[in-house]
Amino acid sequence: MKFQPSKDGYYGQFGGAFIPELLYPNVKELEDNYLTILESEAFQTEYKDLLQHYVGRPSPLYLAKRLSEKYGATIYLKREDLNHTGAHKVNNTIGQILVAKHLGKTKIIAETGAGQHGVATATVCALMGLECTVFMGEIDIKRQAPNVARMKMLGAKVVAATSGSKTLKDATNEAIRYWIQNPDTYYLIGSVVGPHPYPDMVARLQAVISEEMKAQLKAQTGNENPDTIIACVGGGSNAAGAFYHYLENESVELVAVEAAGLGVNSGESAATSQLGEVGVIHGSKTILMQDEYGQIVEPYSISAGLDYPGVGPLHAFLHETKRAKFLNATDKEALMAAYELTKIEGIIPALESAHALAVLPKMKFKKDQVVVVNLSGRGDKDLEMYINNLEE
Amino acid sequence: MNSIQQLFQKKEKNVLSIYFTSGYPNLHDTTQVISQLEKSGVDFIEVGLPYSDPLADGPTIQDSSQIALQNGVNLDIIFEQLLSIKETNKTPLVLMGYLNQMLKYGEEKFCQKVVDCGIDTVILPDLPMIEFENHYKTLFEKYGITNVFLITPHTSEERIRKIDSYSKAFIYVVASASITGAKGDISNNQVAYFERIKKMNLQSKLIIGFGISDKQTFTTACNYANGTIIGSAFIKHLGNNGVDKIDGFINPIIS
Repeated sequence: MKFQPSKDGYYGQFGGAFIPELLYPNVKELEDNYLTILESEAFQTEYKDLLQHYVGRPSPLYLAKRLSEKYGATIYLKREDLNHTGAHKVNNTIGQILVAKHLGKTKIIAETGAGQHGVATATVCALMGLECTVFMGEIDIKRQAPNVARMKMLGAKVVAATSGSKTLKDATNEAIRYWIQNPDTYYLIGSVVGPHPYPDMVARLQAVISEEMKAQLKAQTGNENPDTIIACVGGGSNAAGAFYHYLENESVELVAVEAAGLGVNSGESAATSQLGEVGVIHGSKTILMQDEYGQIVEPYSISAGLDYPGVGPLHAFLHETKRAKFLNATDKEALMAAYELTKIEGIIPALESAHALAVLPKMKFKKDQVVVVNLSGRGDKDLEMYINNLEE
Repeated sequence: MNSIQQLFQKKEKNVLSIYFTSGYPNLHDTTQVISQLEKSGVDFIEVGLPYSDPLADGPTIQDSSQIALQNGVNLDIIFEQLLSIKETNKTPLVLMGYLNQMLKYGEEKFCQKVVDCGIDTVILPDLPMIEFENHYKTLFEKYGITNVFLITPHTSEERIRKIDSYSKAFIYVVASASITGAKGDISNNQVAYFERIKKMNLQSKLIIGFGISDKQTFTTACNYANGTIIGSAFIKHLGNNGVDKIDGFINPIIS
């Protein structure tokens, strides 16, 4: 199992738990318990029940006929956008809130970029009656106002991160700081990032995406394996979930799409695999955008869910071993892809997911090539951006 | 022998250490701050290496780090500054930075520069013990560098014993389960924790940090350890009063 982490949470040279001593007891408690909890019958029963009846899983695997026609392939969309709360994020928050309950935690904190993870966390906290605090960059609070309102309506406290770039990276810093000061809280991380065991735990909780894909492809095409899976990558949780059950099957091509912002070499980008080097961020050794002195570079993307200067350690390893192909899409390409999907399939995707769609014109497909694009979220939260750019 | 250990041979009680952010408030204040601290009678000095994402630091130190970085400070400049006072400065220096700074600079190159500057002690708060054991113990030993570990009220006795065995300078006793920042009083819980650590009879000297800000907290903390580190409160003073008034902060504490 080449793509499973070692006991210490390493994927090759990437991963680990680079945490201050102040966080050691919390992370150790989770590390000692997460597998037992995830594999327990009690957890599995409750998790599956909630995914089915609360989230609305399985999410459909939809054959996008007009999109397929346009790009000369058989393109399926894995409809994570149809989940309750509008994105794949809820798969993870449902799982982790149950983990938190098993550990006896009553206070939950989370970081959020686009607000999808924040909403998903506030939602499960409302469901379980737990206290919820969400850290969000000041800039993201402005550009994702509807999600901020949602979180508040769900009873969460939203705390603005005002340091650094005032986006996801800084929200994560603030969440970690709060966690250090309040060790009785449970930190519900939203992506496959952070210290071990988070990357593995979140990947396992998102793995339901590829688990369903297998069964759905088998039913619809007769073959559980697609030729290609495409997913966008910020921290990388939806990609980890979409790839998970195919990681060891190297006949399935995996394509990770990063946000190029204004262009990979424009200085305004979030294409970590292209611009990053090995480093440590948020407790994990990974690929990281940094300057020559190891100072973390502030990333840019139109999409608040993709402007993260690092990438999960699994993805760093997939990149290093070339198991996944790393492509990228600019702001403009993502917008175009979103308008296109809306027009020809009647689906408004999230800006993040639009990055995955945006590489379709750049790829060469064989006729009948089966391609699954993980449509990680819906575009309601991005309507203002779509409307503004449409007028231009 | 490690420079801090040598210091403890001369002075075992009421040791005062001050943390400051290099390149703050102005790029070229680093050497001036060190010499002023030395003059005012500080026993050893923690030289902060400003980092963009200082997870274990509170807002005061983070703000000072951001200003220092905006001033254009970087590791090469800091090493040059420290090298320039190597002969004149007699107060032991400890470098405090984050692991990624060392990684990117090059681990061997970093260690060599540290040694060139006459420094033998570093604090890397995000370097966990297991990574130290697996990757850095041998490297640091090769250069004669000692790593300082932190312990908190939640660190188990077993772990403290292990940290004690690795510590050649001192153990950094985090006063509360919190990030750095001047907080005022020392609580009963903290006193109970300090007493618990004291009773363990560790071979290492103990320095209490986080939340020490003035004469009162300094004196209380010194009852339970060999000394204390003051960071945020000093940075605030430095920001408000500049490098010329450093003794105005130190004198009331050690008088």
